[in-house]
Formats: sequence, C-alpha cells, structure tokens
Amino acid sequence: MALAAFLLIAAVALVSALGLILKRNAVHGALFLVVNLGSIAALYLMLGAEFLAAAQVIIYAGAIMVLFVFAIMVLIPGKEETGPDPRRSYRLLAAPLGALLLFELAVALAARRGAPGAATAPAGSVEAIGRLLFTDFLFPFELTSVLLLAAMVGVLLLARRRA
Amino acid sequence: MTHLIVAFVLLNAIILVVAYITLLERKFAARMQSRIGPYYVGWPHGWLQPIADALKLMLKEDVVPTLSDRWVYNLAPLVFLLPCMLIFATIPFAPGLGLADLNIGVLFFLAVSALEIVGLFMGGWGSNNKYALLSAMRAVNQIISYDLPFIFAALVPVVLAGSMQMSAIVVAQQGLFGWFVFYPGIGQLAFLAYVIATIAAENRVPFDILEAESELVAGFRVEYSGMKFALIQLGEYAHLVGTSFLGALLFLGGWLGPGPTWLGPLWFLLKAVLVFLLVTWVRWSFVRIRVDQILAISWKLLLPATVILLLATGFVVAAGFGRGA
Repeated sequence: MALAAFLLIAAVALVSALGLILKRNAVHGALFLVVNLGSIAALYLMLGAEFLAAAQVIIYAGAIMVLFVFAIMVLIPGKEETGPDPRRSYRLLAAPLGALLLFELAVALAARRGAPGAATAPAGSVEAIGRLLFTDFLFPFELTSVLLLAAMVGVLLLARRRA
Repeated sequence: MTHLIVAFVLLNAIILVVAYITLLERKFAARMQSRIGPYYVGWPHGWLQPIADALKLMLKEDVVPTLSDRWVYNLAPLVFLLPCMLIFATIPFAPGLGLADLNIGVLFFLAVSALEIVGLFMGGWGSNNKYALLSAMRAVNQIISYDLPFIFAALVPVVLAGSMQMSAIVVAQQGLFGWFVFYPGIGQLAFLAYVIATIAAENRVPFDILEAESELVAGFRVEYSGMKFALIQLGEYAHLVGTSFLGALLFLGGWLGPGPTWLGPLWFLLKAVLVFLLVTWVRWSFVRIRVDQILAISWKLLLPATVILLLATGFVVAAGFGRGA
C-alpha cells in the first residue's frame, strides 16, 4: 500500500518535473512546478515529516510560486514565450552541470547506503524541528537569516536607484 | 472505510452550510439596506432560494472562450475548490468529531488555504481576458501581502495554547472567560488582526479590488458561466466559512459552551456564523479602498503589529501565563 502510494506520488513528481522543463509556455511550467512541489510535500508526509510537508506547501507551493507567477506575468511579454531562445549558448552548459548534479546525488546516495542504521531521521514534529534549529543547527539557521537580510538590503538598494 | 463515510457526510454538510450561509448573507445585507431580500421561493422568507440558484446554475450553458487556454481554464474551478474543501479536514466539530485531528492541524489549515491562489490565478490567466488577468495580478499582490499577517494572527492562540492541534487549542480555552478573545490585551488585538486579515484574504469589501465590479466587471471569474461559476462561488464561500470556523475555534472556544455535550457542534456553528456575520457586517458598511492603500495597510501596519503581538505572546507564555497543558 505504502509502496503503491510512493510510486504514484513519485510518478506525479517526475511527470510534473518533465512538464516544467519541456513546456515552452512559462505559465504552464510554473503550474507544473506547483504540482511538483505539492507531490514532494506528499513524499515528506509519507516519511512522517509533517511539519516539513506543511512548510513546503505554505512557503514553496504558496508564497514562492505566487512570486514566480507574478514575475512571469509582469516581465514576460507575449511573444518571447514561444520565440527562439536568445541565450542559446547557455544550453551547452546545462548538460555538464546536470551530469555533475546527478553524480553528486549518486555519491550522496551511495554514501548513505554504505552506512546501515545511519538513517536517524529526526521526528517530524514541530517541537523536534524547533529544538534542532535552535540548538544543533543554530549557526546555519542564523546564517540563513543573514542571507535573507542581505537579499532584502539589495532589493532596497535597487528600488532606490530606480526611483 | 469509516473515514470515507465521515468525509462524504462532512463534505455534504459543508455544501449545505455554505448554500444557506449565502442566503443568510443576502438576508443580512437586505436588512442593512432596508430591503427584504429573497422572499418568494419557498415559504417562509424564501428558504428554497439557494436550491433554486444551484439548479439554475446547473442548467446554464457552459461557455468556453475560443482563445482561452483550454486546460488551465477548465481545471481552474476544480483547483480552486479543492483547497477550499480540504481546509475542513482538520477542524474538530466536537471532541472526536472530525476527519483528522492532526497535531499540526492549524499549520495544515494555513498551508492548504494558501493554495487557493493557484486556482484563482489559473482562472484569471486561462480566461485570456484583460479584466481577468488584471484581477489575477491584484489577487497575487494581495495574497502575498495578507498571508503573513493572517498566519501571525492565527499563531497567537497557538502559542498561548502551546499546541498546533486544534482540539488541544479548544481544551486550553476551558473555564469562565477562558476563550482567547478574552485574554487581556493580546486576545482582542489578535482577534481584530485575524478578522481584518480574513476580510482581505477572502477578498471582500473593503479589500475586494480583485473583483471590483466597476473596474474589472467580475474579476478573475468574468468568463465563467454555469457549473464552473458555481464551483468557484462555492469555493469562495467555503473558504470564508472555513476561515470563520477557524476563527471561532482559535478565539471563541470552538465547541465549548453551556449545556450538554451534544450541543457542542451547534455552539461551534453559532460562533462560526458570528464571525461570518462580523465579516459580512464590515462588507456591507464600508466602501472599497485603493490598491496602494490596501498594500500600505498590510505592510506598514498589520504586519509589524502582528509580529510584535506574536513576540509579546511569546514573552507572556515564557513568563508562565500560557494556557498550555
């Protein structure tokens, strides 16, 4: 039963990811991305990481997607959606970079397989994640907030210059 | 199997409540404007009006604009309706009477309810209509602005109760004046912020710029007709009813009330209707405000205020005045 559910969700995730990169229409791509992020949230839920699943939906499928869609609607004028790609040369980089990412994933997966019993996934409850964030992972957590602050300052600077 | 039955009953009960809450709103609005409202379909006071409306919408022609994006246009009402119905999944209507009392109940509600925007955007974009597209853009704008205050306001009772499980939040409000709306200072402010953010999130007057009739005809659903229009309308009201239920649960003590236990769901419904009427009251009292004013209210007033409120709640709870078990 769990396997069937996993296969179904994984299939949805794969198909939507393919739709995301194969669709020429940027808005269709964005909608496929929503489906993809939702199915990843379902996978988190299956792993017992309830908080992560809810956060995934609320932040990525909700807020971030809304911003994507907004950017697409505001920035892309009708014709460029289907016209020839102005940055063809960038595509040559895509294949090696993709291969590198695949290699990385394979190495990570192999390393994980080699260590039996290492799968000590923390309980997905809000308390557990909160505790981890404010104890063991406090430094990366604070680092992320600095990153976000830097982004915010950058946006303010750009907005000021234009005004 | 029992889950399926419960879900089926719950779904139909929601649709019934939503149908009759539209009648309630029409009657309420009529009274405010010295009218009578629906009267002739069904005696007394036109109580068959929602049924007649539903039948009429089912029989109407389904028009699909030629230049619309077929898939997106046709799927939009369903994508819109789904989260609006799913939000009821975690609400317990009485002790043990609910579909799934998850221990992240409130978070689930907030997460699913945020997905409403996807269907709304699909409708606005798929219609290939300038008015609909403008409306979708305004919607996106507004949702980004009001999601955060809404979440922060809803988190105040969560922090006070020390749990995200909906039933635990209700249990934490037991006792005389135990409801979180009576919690000195914090409770009233949080409830006020919750109601304002609800009005904005539900796109009702004075925050209804995305369906402003005088500028955008009917906003993102201008091209929809027949059953698809009915689904969108159903979703919109279901979302509002769900948010009213959440408000009643977070601030007004959910099913708590005098009398025997079986009265619980009725109390809960009554409180949810009260929140709904509060929102409706505002809707029929004020005029629409401008886009920039709406954004300013959110970013310059509501968001900082709710963040400070949440921080204050944290301090109060840390000082030992929480209600958690």
